[in-house]
Amino acid sequence: MQYEGQTRIPSGCAISGIFSRSGEKFNGEDIIRSITPMHDRSNGLGGGFAAYGIYPKQKDLYAFHVFYDSVRAKEECEHIISSSFDLNVAEKIPTRRIPEITDEPSIWRYFGLPYRKQLDDTGLDEREFVSRFVMKVNTEVRGAYVFSSGKNMGVFKAVGFPEDVGRFYRLEDYEGYCWTAHGRYPTNTPGWWGGAHPFALLDYSVVHNGEISSYDANRRFIEMFGYSCTLLTDTEAITYIIDYLNRRQGLSLNEVADVVAAPFWSQIEAMPEEKRRYYTYLRNIYSSLLITGPFSILVGYTGGMMALNDRCKLRSMVVGEHGDTVYVASEECAIRTIQPNLDRLWSPRGGEPVIVTLNKGVTP
Amino acid sequence: MTRIDAAEKYFQQLNEEIRGASGEIVIDNCCGQRYIGAGMSGKDLLINGVPGNDLGCYLNGGTIRVKGNAQDQTGDTMNEGTVVVEGSSGDATGYAMRGGKIFVRGNVGYRAGIHMKAYQDHQPLIIVGGEAGSFLGEYQAGGTIIVLGLGSKKAPMGNLCCAGMHGGRMFVRCEELPDDLPSQVNTAVASLDDMASIEGSLKEFCKTFEISEKEAFSGRFYLITPNTKNPYRALYTFY
Repeated sequence: MQYEGQTRIPSGCAISGIFSRSGEKFNGEDIIRSITPMHDRSNGLGGGFAAYGIYPKQKDLYAFHVFYDSVRAKEECEHIISSSFDLNVAEKIPTRRIPEITDEPSIWRYFGLPYRKQLDDTGLDEREFVSRFVMKVNTEVRGAYVFSSGKNMGVFKAVGFPEDVGRFYRLEDYEGYCWTAHGRYPTNTPGWWGGAHPFALLDYSVVHNGEISSYDANRRFIEMFGYSCTLLTDTEAITYIIDYLNRRQGLSLNEVADVVAAPFWSQIEAMPEEKRRYYTYLRNIYSSLLITGPFSILVGYTGGMMALNDRCKLRSMVVGEHGDTVYVASEECAIRTIQPNLDRLWSPRGGEPVIVTLNKGVTP
Repeated sequence: MTRIDAAEKYFQQLNEEIRGASGEIVIDNCCGQRYIGAGMSGKDLLINGVPGNDLGCYLNGGTIRVKGNAQDQTGDTMNEGTVVVEGSSGDATGYAMRGGKIFVRGNVGYRAGIHMKAYQDHQPLIIVGGEAGSFLGEYQAGGTIIVLGLGSKKAPMGNLCCAGMHGGRMFVRCEELPDDLPSQVNTAVASLDDMASIEGSLKEFCKTFEISEKEAFSGRFYLITPNTKNPYRALYTFY
């Protein structure tokens, strides 16, 4: 056993994302190659990927990816899911047995839609219904964890280094127009499969490098609206904040960025009247959703991706462009390794979102 | 001259090979390997590709030249020697630097020169050809930072620069400084004497990147310095 000071772990989480604006699909090999040079930013306690456009044959169905610790958990969860959803497919997610990934739970996926009658009875819109189902399983079924719940997208995550996690899930067999990746160095929690990134709810997925200091303030606020932060990790709270502001409150992603990475009051005071009123309004209404402390995040959603740094830019992030493809990563090497020739490379300022979407006329 | 191919090489191995070589060393296909040139002295590195974080940390002499961009914490705590970046350099360039020179042709990220310090003949210097991000010279305690803003139309720096600055000097070439500088610094148009003190360094910078001296010396230079020996005394204690 090694004690403090006998070993140094030079880590700090890594994120990477690739987005094709023309909707061109590519398999998971590029994103694995991209996250690999940042190996030392994570410590083997979590790696994961989100991919969009990977289930074209079931694109209108919700795809649930679920971890099970036990047969009982699977039975309980399947009882709930099959009583609420008309399921088309239930299968094990294909994996590759490799020595680097051990102690895997049972990993299943389900494709389906809520039963019409149930949906009508509850009076909820479809996405809210699905979101409540995910919360129910994750809080009530011990040993079951729904870690992906969007349409035509999927999260793949595990305890391990991201490049190994990618091989474990056979990501070369999936093709998407957007991929994000994360290498984890857990700072507050021991690191288990559910706690790896991306965190996802519906089609929103978040990978995060950093450690926010507003976690508890954010959690207390967001839990008033039906979310349960079951994992005690900050990224889970960020995911729910984005879902709440974008889906439920109807804010645009630019406005979401202006809430979570708001300018300082001193900067707001120096703004022209109209802008000052806008930022004052957002900061007053959503004061508990200001995220402080270091973060750089990539938010994936159907048809788009947003990159955002905290307002002080306490974590690194660079963006590159080549033709219709946009790359975002914690380090430039992660981009150059898959695309040495870039038309443009820049570092967005703190609090300045970079939002990329599919070109007009391209369907996700 | 020694050539090292860094492709697919882990940072430890690459750095061992650099330590084992002497004189002029060229590194090809560099891709994110950290700590290149850590504690090095008496060698000259030329890097093709993207060096990783903490390039030239604790550098104690010699030179490092990067053909493209450098990542974060370039020159972290360096003591002597020169780092030249032909592209741009990431966040916290010159982090806690205590001697030597960093020349960046393009831009630097956030917090360049954070907690730079000086002692006797160890007078660190950072010159940036382009622009600097926010919090430039945060907690600067010594040494000189020069930002030229070549091609910039506005002050070549981000928000809240010089926060906590309590030593050293900063020169910024622009028509007007931003208005969010802290009250603990003095700003003034640089005098002829001030300019004379950096003339040699600026000429060296121009020569390094083949920039016209006429362009680099043109326009107005501001000098920013802390306004007393202990500008933050009133922030932390009652007296």
